[in-house]
Amino acid sequence: MSPPVAVELPQQRERARTIFQKGAPGRRAFTCPPLDVPAVDPQELLPARFRRVSPPRLPEVSEPEIVRHYVGISKRNFDLDSGFYPLGSCTMKHNPRLHERVAALPGHARLHPLQRPEHAQGALELMWNLQTALSEISGLPHVSLQPSAGSHGELAGVLLTRAYHEDRGETRHKVLAPDTSHGTNPATVTMAGLEVVKLATDASGDVDLDDLRAKADSDVACLMLTNPNTLGLFDPNIKEIAAIVHGVGATLYYDGANLNAVMGLSRPGDMGFDIVHFNLHKSFTQPHGGGGPGSGPIAVSDRIAPYLPRPVVARHETAAKNGDITNRSRPEFTYTLDEDRPKSIGRLRGFQGNYGCFVRAYAYICSLGADGLKDVSETAVLNANYLLARLQQAGVAEYLPLAYGELCMHEFVLSGGPMKRELGLKTLDLAKRLLDFGYHPPTVYFPLLVDEALMIEPTETETRETLDGFADAIAAILKEAAEDPEIARNAPYTTPVRRLDEVAAAKRPVIRQALG
Amino acid sequence: MLEAIGVGSVQEIFDRQIPEAVRMERALELPDGKPEQEVYEHLRSLAARNVSAEDELSFLGAGMYDHYVPAIIDMLMERSEFLTPYTPYQPEISQGGLQVMFEYQTAISELTGLPVSNASVYEGPSAVAAAGYLAKLHNGRRRLVVSSGLHPHSIETLRTNAHGFGMDVVEVPLRDGVTDPHAWAQAIDGDTSAAIFAQPNFYGAVEDAALLSAAAKSAATPADGAGEGAPVVVCQVDPITLGVLAPPGECGVDVAVGEGQALGNRLDFGGPSFGLFAAREEYLRRMPGRIAGETVDVDGRRGFVLTLQTREQHIRREKATSNICTAQALNALAGVVYLSWLGRRGIAELGELLLARTHYARETLAALEGVEKLHEQPVIREFAVRLDADVESVCRRCAQMGVNPGADLQALTRRPADRGGLLVAITERRSRAEIDRLAEVLGAAVAAERAANATSPGQAVTA
Repeated sequence: MSPPVAVELPQQRERARTIFQKGAPGRRAFTCPPLDVPAVDPQELLPARFRRVSPPRLPEVSEPEIVRHYVGISKRNFDLDSGFYPLGSCTMKHNPRLHERVAALPGHARLHPLQRPEHAQGALELMWNLQTALSEISGLPHVSLQPSAGSHGELAGVLLTRAYHEDRGETRHKVLAPDTSHGTNPATVTMAGLEVVKLATDASGDVDLDDLRAKADSDVACLMLTNPNTLGLFDPNIKEIAAIVHGVGATLYYDGANLNAVMGLSRPGDMGFDIVHFNLHKSFTQPHGGGGPGSGPIAVSDRIAPYLPRPVVARHETAAKNGDITNRSRPEFTYTLDEDRPKSIGRLRGFQGNYGCFVRAYAYICSLGADGLKDVSETAVLNANYLLARLQQAGVAEYLPLAYGELCMHEFVLSGGPMKRELGLKTLDLAKRLLDFGYHPPTVYFPLLVDEALMIEPTETETRETLDGFADAIAAILKEAAEDPEIARNAPYTTPVRRLDEVAAAKRPVIRQALG
Repeated sequence: MLEAIGVGSVQEIFDRQIPEAVRMERALELPDGKPEQEVYEHLRSLAARNVSAEDELSFLGAGMYDHYVPAIIDMLMERSEFLTPYTPYQPEISQGGLQVMFEYQTAISELTGLPVSNASVYEGPSAVAAAGYLAKLHNGRRRLVVSSGLHPHSIETLRTNAHGFGMDVVEVPLRDGVTDPHAWAQAIDGDTSAAIFAQPNFYGAVEDAALLSAAAKSAATPADGAGEGAPVVVCQVDPITLGVLAPPGECGVDVAVGEGQALGNRLDFGGPSFGLFAAREEYLRRMPGRIAGETVDVDGRRGFVLTLQTREQHIRREKATSNICTAQALNALAGVVYLSWLGRRGIAELGELLLARTHYARETLAALEGVEKLHEQPVIREFAVRLDADVESVCRRCAQMGVNPGADLQALTRRPADRGGLLVAITERRSRAEIDRLAEVLGAAVAAERAANATSPGQAVTA
């Protein structure tokens, strides 16, 4: 069942040429609308000292050339629509195409962000409804949709924490984060002017309570936690953690990257969290786009609400219009953007946030409803546990043991340590060999405390057949490596390019096309 | 599946992991799920309650613009191969996305005249804040000097972030519509980390970028031992104007940032779009975000990888140059496809058309009774006028006639001096006939508003 080790696919092996290396002088796609206003001396329009001397050397290509070029290079990408993509912590779930259709409706897509509120009531109502749903899912009453991605939501959260303490006349300097946390957590803390203090993980993979007690003091502003954590484990001591953190006056921050495990099953607000960020591009199907756009709304408790970024969407009840028989029994609402937030940390970006992502996330929530969202999390967790069980069968478990725990939530982490020792195969080699089998590899070498880590998140999207196929592929690669580890060490063979020299790329960076 | 796992039910998987005290014992209070066609109808009915640029004659801009988005962009952005993968962590199967980043970086470098570009940040104003953070990492000084000509959202975003990383923001006023060069030079000293201006500025005026850069560099004198050298000169650019405007790299600018929406991205009520971020070589290792670099594979074939990752959060954690992870890859794709579509000649032709039409629109509006230019500086795609009437009331009157005349300046800047200000944007989609229609409707609305005010003299025009 293993594919041949060296397959030449002539079209794919074509040497990469950029759009700047195609076309010919004078060739073009764009036709400029005619000059329909009186011609004016260019010098009067824009004096020479402000003018560009020679035009930017952009490509000179026709429309068919552009289409062939980008369609051609698109085929050098692996994507979620083509196959299994179990990238841990990234929640690579199916992106329903309905969402693209509704987001493209001109009433959404060509709506200007400064349109007067009475002419943007549909958009503001959508944002209000999405906020309300996110509030219910997280168990926290106030929402800002503004942050542009998860890391931006984290920055909002830490700045909110700072504002909350400063408003009470306190200056706190430290933020606690477990050693299993996403890299964005400590990076965010530094950007917000605070200092990270690393928390240890105990033998079960949970927060080390003794370490937490020792480090929680009145200089701690916040604890940033992911629950379930990046090992795929739900912390059984979460209530006690919250009590310790709140006991020293600090806030508890929830990194929502792993929310797909608990929708409708457990809520961060009920666990004791004060601030949560959501990744609409993870749990709520905003397509990942090759690395964005994302969207990172936050939900907060009452005590944090005054500091939320402005503006926020506000809803006002108005009396039903006289004679409007269709709406007689229902209250009518109007929506505005409220800028008047004196304690707000201020803006984090322009306008209202990534509205296009809100449309997709809202469409998803409308499609699924309460039962559907719960079903998503149950299926995601079932799939993860099934795949874990398949990978703990004989022939695999010896080389790739589960790093922590017995069961898992929506993802799990295997250690490639024994594989490396006994078969001479690194996790990287396994990942690269998986490419030849048509799979996107799991997240590798994260979290850092697991030796040769493989972090696997199958999501609810996948069928049992897909999970079985993946488990079989892992078993086959290990079996193959027991006979000849060189095959995996030199993989991949069937991809548009083979292993790339990343060291050379970083040593002498070439980050743009040389232009003639 | 349950048998393989060794549990009796799905519930058992949760019961064994989630403590009872934090289990949700009720259903989420959300509406029931709906079939696809009903969701479509619901989202369509919400869209129908918005007045988009399709439904009225709109001259709104102030940061986002109704430029034409060519059809090939929709088609390419919807391709699964671009739409559905994530960040290219496995380069062997991500050459398409990595090459797009590499091409995008090339295009942005070419536009800005700066040798290094990253693969995108979130959007415009947060890109300005990211430039502030880069300056802090570069020279460790405390003060950010910004021109009041920056977009008010950029200034506020910079303030929000600067409070976090412990820097002060000092605003320099405008004179005659552009950054006051004297006040600018006065504000910059040896403790100035970055000096930031916008080109064109928020009021539509073309700044003398070379003058501002040179002034910033010569104004900085060491206040103490730590304050040596010039500040980082940052320019917030509007990329679509760079077919005719001198590129920042040729004006002494160190870092160019900007909102990329005008390049092939739709309005989307404010996002997603992308932020561009380009700089001189010496800032390369402090840049935020992803950067694609060229290399070869084991067989010597050309390929692309994410490079200089030791700047990034997933490697460096608290020592990273930024916390950014997911950026705007798909929107940056739209940007580079758009720039290829415009092409080398097209971007200059488009720039000339915008110059001519914007000039025509400004002269036409300024000829109206009760309308005057806010400044006399050259303008490219947007300009400000002052109305002798309440702007909000005038806009409401125009809206009734199906015309959106532009943005209320003071509502955005909150500056008393901007009272009566209207910011009008002209894209290639606004023909001369439409500009004439704007003049007709705006002229009538201003006249009507002045007449209404004259008949009730006790009622002052509200700011």
